[in-house]
Amino acid sequence: MSHPSQAANFLKDEKRAHWHDETLWFVREKRDISSKGIPEWEELRKLASGIKDHVLTKLDYYLEELEKKATENGIKVHWAQNAEEHNKIVLSILEEKKCKAIVKSKSILTEECHLNPFLEKHGVEVVDTDLGERIVQFLNQPPSHIVLPAIHLKKGDISEIFHEKLNTEKGNEDPTYLTNAARIHLRDKFMKAKVAITGVNFAIPETGEFVVCTNEGNADMGVHLADVHIACMGIEKIIPKREHLGVFLRLLARSATGQSITNYNSHFRSPAPGKEIHLILVDNGRTKQLGREKFKNSLKCIRCGACMNTCPIYRRSGGYSYGSTVPGPIGSILSPGIDVKKYSTLPFASTLCGSCSDVCPVKINIHEQLYEWRQEITKAQGWSAKGMSMKLANGIFKSPLAYKVSGKILRATLKTLPNSIIYNPLNVWGKGRTVPEVPKESFKEWYQKNRS
Amino acid sequence: MEVALFIPCYIDQFYPNVAKATLELLEKLGCKVSYPMDQTCCGQPMANSGFERDTEGTTRQFIETFKSYDFIVAPSGSCVLHIKEHQPEIDDLEPFQKEVQSKIYELSEFLTDILKVGTVKGSFPHKIGFHSSCHGQRGLRLSSSSELNEAPFSKAKDLFAGIKDLELVELSRKDECCGFGGTFAVSEEALSIQMGKDRLADHLEHNVEIICGGDTSCLMHLQGIAEKSHKPVKFMHLAEILNQAIS
Repeated sequence: MSHPSQAANFLKDEKRAHWHDETLWFVREKRDISSKGIPEWEELRKLASGIKDHVLTKLDYYLEELEKKATENGIKVHWAQNAEEHNKIVLSILEEKKCKAIVKSKSILTEECHLNPFLEKHGVEVVDTDLGERIVQFLNQPPSHIVLPAIHLKKGDISEIFHEKLNTEKGNEDPTYLTNAARIHLRDKFMKAKVAITGVNFAIPETGEFVVCTNEGNADMGVHLADVHIACMGIEKIIPKREHLGVFLRLLARSATGQSITNYNSHFRSPAPGKEIHLILVDNGRTKQLGREKFKNSLKCIRCGACMNTCPIYRRSGGYSYGSTVPGPIGSILSPGIDVKKYSTLPFASTLCGSCSDVCPVKINIHEQLYEWRQEITKAQGWSAKGMSMKLANGIFKSPLAYKVSGKILRATLKTLPNSIIYNPLNVWGKGRTVPEVPKESFKEWYQKNRS
Repeated sequence: MEVALFIPCYIDQFYPNVAKATLELLEKLGCKVSYPMDQTCCGQPMANSGFERDTEGTTRQFIETFKSYDFIVAPSGSCVLHIKEHQPEIDDLEPFQKEVQSKIYELSEFLTDILKVGTVKGSFPHKIGFHSSCHGQRGLRLSSSSELNEAPFSKAKDLFAGIKDLELVELSRKDECCGFGGTFAVSEEALSIQMGKDRLADHLEHNVEIICGGDTSCLMHLQGIAEKSHKPVKFMHLAEILNQAIS
């Protein structure tokens, strides 16, 4: 499915689409207030961008350092070249521990690797413990936003889902009541799980530790109750030193939700006595992206979701319209690197307004990369009618005479055509808009007559 | 000051009044203006559709037409940004291309930074909503961006500041995109229309008489939607308002 048709579907329910837009705009506004509350905001962005640029130039070195230090700390480090390898590593740990039920805190990487269906196929029950993620899991849906997984659902929807799945009162939409029901339900799962999976927000080669940020404390609850902690990270999640957290944690929370700090920023360095920590380093296309000069800095992303909240397209088309694990502007520059054909409409799902680049805490030039992906995609597509018309247009615009003649014909045609043809369904412009009134002469013609 | 006027193709064909206003305004402010007759298009529609590589002929034509002028001024932020950032490199015209890219200015930018007019003196007794087009705003930095932690500024608003009885409203969403986006307007039609409707609603909720902007393409899109739903609001380019106010 292409983005335009998915977006059109989403917009059919205009009221709901409007609500979605307002809800995410509210998050963007919270982010504005919070980011403007600290005078050094732009300085922090510059620093973060610089640190990440540096990491990308020495990624191999830092990854090996991380492995070394983490191993010294007693963490078992695994390398996965792709999603399949990642999933197999997780499964082998679970099999070794004879574990049939796990809890997982939010990890977009495991979504990217489609870990849940893989484990379920092998008889493992996976429970996502982030509230929003549990909600979409009940619906068998992926998250529609990387920070706010169930942002597309209203209180009423959640009330219905919980009534069906958790036996809450029908029609009770009270958030406290519903959250409490989820809490009781999840508590039971936490208590039974021998293995807990988390993502990783930052991994630090200096100390061999990693940091997981959650607002609900669900990562900590899962990890502390389980015997084994499996942490899954994309290889780009490195920051060289612990002190760099002073830059990134301030940027992450403010950009994501407008909070000054995420509620729980938990550092994991070595397993408690009798317990295990496994850290899986996943490539899955990242080194390939690193090799693409124009697109490599997309790997600086810290997954704050600010570009989604600010994007006028995302807000009005919803996360699912992108059909990719990471939706929104950042998803539209990451996904074509994974499958250029499948995600070919995503870089065009933008007006190149640039809001994403200005909101990005690590200064990724997202809209410029969208433009660059368009160039790559049309090349990969080979011959197309659109391509032909562009060549034709260039033929007209390179010749002043051809331009003058075609302009005249265009205006004359528009002037004489009856409205029934101009507002024909085939004229997409005219569906929701009038066409401009046609002047009797172009500026060029007027100038020639009156000024030269 | 001698200035070459670049009039983007769609303004030339459909909005000659915007071009005339730009010409007259620059003349009133003391510029000697030429309009090179061989100009066509900047190439943006093709490049933004993913065919930058096919705009070599168009780009060559543009450079040849404008290379001998000291300043190039255009009433469109979007086209100026394209020339600065997205023209394909033409090897045998390299020094000329670099020069053209550095001496082309969007109108409000030229008035503010080169002519240094400060504000324009005149009268225009109307309530106006200003649409900051994205390419002018975030591309050319003609006004502050609401995402950034920076002191607010706007070149267009500074120009309006000295005009008597001109009331500029503060919009709820200061710099949201209108949804035009070139071929986006057609390829993502549903989204484009919804974005336009929302942008329009913001202006109408503030009871503006005229929606003004520095890019006729955004205005054309918004006007098309307003007219289709019979909304009583007028549209004028920044050049038209300044030119009218001054006289």
